[in-house]
Amino acid sequence: MSTALPSDAADHAQASPPGPDATVVLGEAEIARALTRIAHEVLERNKGAQDLVLLGIPSRGVPLAARLAARIAEVEPGLDAAQLAGSLDVTMYRDDLRQHPTRTIGTTQLPVDVDGKVVVLVDDVLFSGRTIRAALDAISDLGRPRAVQLAALVDRGHRELPIRADFVGKNLPTSQHERVRVLVSELDGRDAVLIEGAHA
Amino acid sequence: MTTYLLRDVSPLGEARTDLLLADGVVAAIGTGLEAPADAVEIDGAGLVALPGLVDLHTHLREPGREDAETIATGTRAAALGGFTAVHAMANTTPTQDTAGVVEQVWHLGRRAGWVDVFPVGAVTVGLEGERLAELGAMAESAARVRVFSDDGKCVHDPVVMRRALEYVKAFDGVVAQHAQEPRLTEGSQMHEGVVSAELGLAGWPAVAEEAIVARDVLLAEHVGSRLHVCHLSTAGSVEIVRWAKSRGIDVTAEVTPHHLILTDELARGYDPLFKVNPPLRTQRDVEAVREGLADGTIDIVATDHAPHPREDKDCEWAAAAFGMTGLETALSVVQETMVETGRMTWADVARVLSSAPARIGRVDGQHGRPIAVGEPANLTLVDPAARRVVRPQGQATKSENSPFGGRELPGRVVATFLRGRATVLDGAPVDEEVQR
Amino acid sequence: MKHLLSASDLTRDEAVHILDTAGQMAATQAREIKKLPTLRGRTVVNLFFEDSTRTRISFETAAKRLSADVINFSAKGSSVSKGESLKDTALTLQAMGADAVVIRHQASGAPHTLASSGWTHGAVVNAGDGTHQHPTQALLDAYTLRRHLVGDRGRADVSGRDLHGLHVAVVGDVLHSRVARSNVQLLHTLGARVTLVAPPTLVPVGVEAWPCEVSYRLDDVIVDGKPDAIMMLRVQRERMSSAGGGFFPSPLEYSRGYGLDARRLEALPEHAIVLHPGPMNRGLEISADAADSDRAVIVEQVANGVAVRMAVLYLLLAGEQSTTNRSAE
Repeated sequence: MSTALPSDAADHAQASPPGPDATVVLGEAEIARALTRIAHEVLERNKGAQDLVLLGIPSRGVPLAARLAARIAEVEPGLDAAQLAGSLDVTMYRDDLRQHPTRTIGTTQLPVDVDGKVVVLVDDVLFSGRTIRAALDAISDLGRPRAVQLAALVDRGHRELPIRADFVGKNLPTSQHERVRVLVSELDGRDAVLIEGAHA
Repeated sequence: MTTYLLRDVSPLGEARTDLLLADGVVAAIGTGLEAPADAVEIDGAGLVALPGLVDLHTHLREPGREDAETIATGTRAAALGGFTAVHAMANTTPTQDTAGVVEQVWHLGRRAGWVDVFPVGAVTVGLEGERLAELGAMAESAARVRVFSDDGKCVHDPVVMRRALEYVKAFDGVVAQHAQEPRLTEGSQMHEGVVSAELGLAGWPAVAEEAIVARDVLLAEHVGSRLHVCHLSTAGSVEIVRWAKSRGIDVTAEVTPHHLILTDELARGYDPLFKVNPPLRTQRDVEAVREGLADGTIDIVATDHAPHPREDKDCEWAAAAFGMTGLETALSVVQETMVETGRMTWADVARVLSSAPARIGRVDGQHGRPIAVGEPANLTLVDPAARRVVRPQGQATKSENSPFGGRELPGRVVATFLRGRATVLDGAPVDEEVQR
Repeated sequence: MKHLLSASDLTRDEAVHILDTAGQMAATQAREIKKLPTLRGRTVVNLFFEDSTRTRISFETAAKRLSADVINFSAKGSSVSKGESLKDTALTLQAMGADAVVIRHQASGAPHTLASSGWTHGAVVNAGDGTHQHPTQALLDAYTLRRHLVGDRGRADVSGRDLHGLHVAVVGDVLHSRVARSNVQLLHTLGARVTLVAPPTLVPVGVEAWPCEVSYRLDDVIVDGKPDAIMMLRVQRERMSSAGGGFFPSPLEYSRGYGLDARRLEALPEHAIVLHPGPMNRGLEISADAADSDRAVIVEQVANGVAVRMAVLYLLLAGEQSTTNRSAE
């Protein structure tokens, strides 16, 4: 895994423990606030939760999508959070497979048919945009949504494709050398956003 | 002819002495010998002197498969391995089943000059196992054939085998049987056991060899003939020969160097270098043939040197040819498996690699003689302290199918003398002198 | 994992990972658009020295569903029956830029020779060699067994699970069967118990070293062993002739002793399933009743074969080119 580029840091469920130089940029409370805000923005933008499907991108996008769904369900009465959120694995659509060790394929689980729906893709870190490019391809093989939107907990810039997020938890200007890692309690035991390797 | 004075050598690994080789014979033995004016002195400190080695089982491939080996290249390899005589097996093309062919081989051997080449005659015409070849004509030819074998194939018909055993008595010949029951080994690829079961390679049961050995010793007893069993490979065969000898049956047996050291486990990589006939057996069999060689049940070590061109080994296992080269590694393998394990002395090595095979092949007037004044100067000097890594590409044999490539083996042949003439000096072939 | 040559090369975790990956692949195959872009630009060569339309089609389908380019090279025929041709063929494929070579060969060990020879740099997948191995068949059998018999009979998520506690009877010509060899090793690795059932003539000498039990009596195994699954091996009729080895006296006697018929099917535990690697000899090792019963998962095995082969090709080809550590984690 030592060859992994920064953009992949968040893809690996079993990430190594944070290095000694890791700086915490968002804590548990800030992440919670950011997600709550995004949930409201999603509702506002789409004028409610009608036809909404939240698809998290494995690994850490999946619990984030579930949390967003839970928050939306709290606000919008009569919604079942479980029917709102799912997962979308993009591994088999990536364009950089050959530059990395073989990736484990995640699960694609759609709570409903995506035809005619508004799909909100949920990822932890938005970086080069290549993951989202793969996600768009993956969705188009699954059906034809009315619209696709993107929510990212962290946008760290350095886009390589014409892709932007509709909902951002925090814009985090970084250098290419740095490594941004999102920890979620469901997988990592705690919530945090870290920057590592600033001096690497 | 050059006179050689070998200083401080140890004949048969015993006390150091000097040997003077002149006019083709051992002219003098003793410490502090006076060097004649024109003598070439060789410092033999630490070297063991053995009678020139005799191989009863060599495939020189000529005529017919000169792409694998020629009589010139094969005998040069033999000299480098310490041999002064080889018996050239009959499975050439054309088969060595007539006086004409065996004389041709004999002449080519004389012309090459590296070792004495004694052609083996086929038992049956074309090795077909049906009609006896003209054994008498071969025996009376210039080649004076005494050993007859269909090696590569088994004389499986019991009546043909019986007749052959009887017939060769007239000229003191011997039938050297390749013991392989053909029906039990149809399509067989390797020893039948745990490894073959896992690898899915058709099994070659030990009983296919043992059944023929058992039959043949009984036939030899019945007709009162001499029998030689080629490349015996199983514990069961050792037991049968031991039993036969205890009954007074006139049977001799040989084992190859590779069956003294290698096992069927080597097939696991599907490398056809380890494909050989008879197949490599189990560790238990290796132990049994070592034991049999040490206690005299097995009389000799013979190489079954079987060169094959690269394309016959550079392929999948089933398509590959059977066989391994062995002339240049035989002595080292015997040293490692029998001398260094304390099972044999150098005098025993001289017996199993020189005097006994010479006697079985009835060439013991010239070869396999004691190291004594007046005896033909057929000698080998070996440095037992040397160690070397086998490089098949660097060997003198034309083929590279050694199973020992990359393996470190003990001992090095420093010099070989054929009737007083050096064929090998400092471990290198003496080309000019051979070609004169 | 650089190559897939033998079921014995796989650890338990690697095998489970392949099965899990196959599960994800199978999920994509339920969609309307089955084709994935994953191996775009990769070239997979099906190098078949022995006819096997089913296996070739299965690999071809798997490769195409992953968008790989597929070249079918049927090398069967007299001109290429000698060994040198394997080398020359491999060198040709190397020159064409094969990323993976799926090889079927009548000689045991030929894939091993190809992988270790340096003749090709591509990944080598053994699609059946002689009487040695057929690892993707074993994987699809394991996948099928897991789907039906693990995780509340397929109702719960089975990912990460092995076959611990299952008893599988493998019945038929074990001696000549690469399917049996692969399955004994893989099923054992995955924690299942295996009983081989065959007439003694069709059990190899040396079987005692295999991690399984051996029985000569099918009825006893069914009644006493209560297998969760029974796998019937193809028996070639020519094996009974003298030239073919004379392994059994007659097809009828074979069927009576070792064939799966309605009576034996009835005696199996209620949940037990019936597998066969195909092609079947109906009336010899399996009766039409048994083959067509709802206990038989033989047709499903074919579908699972595509998913498993997709998984294998993905795991061998999708990662970086470096030679080490492309393992299935």
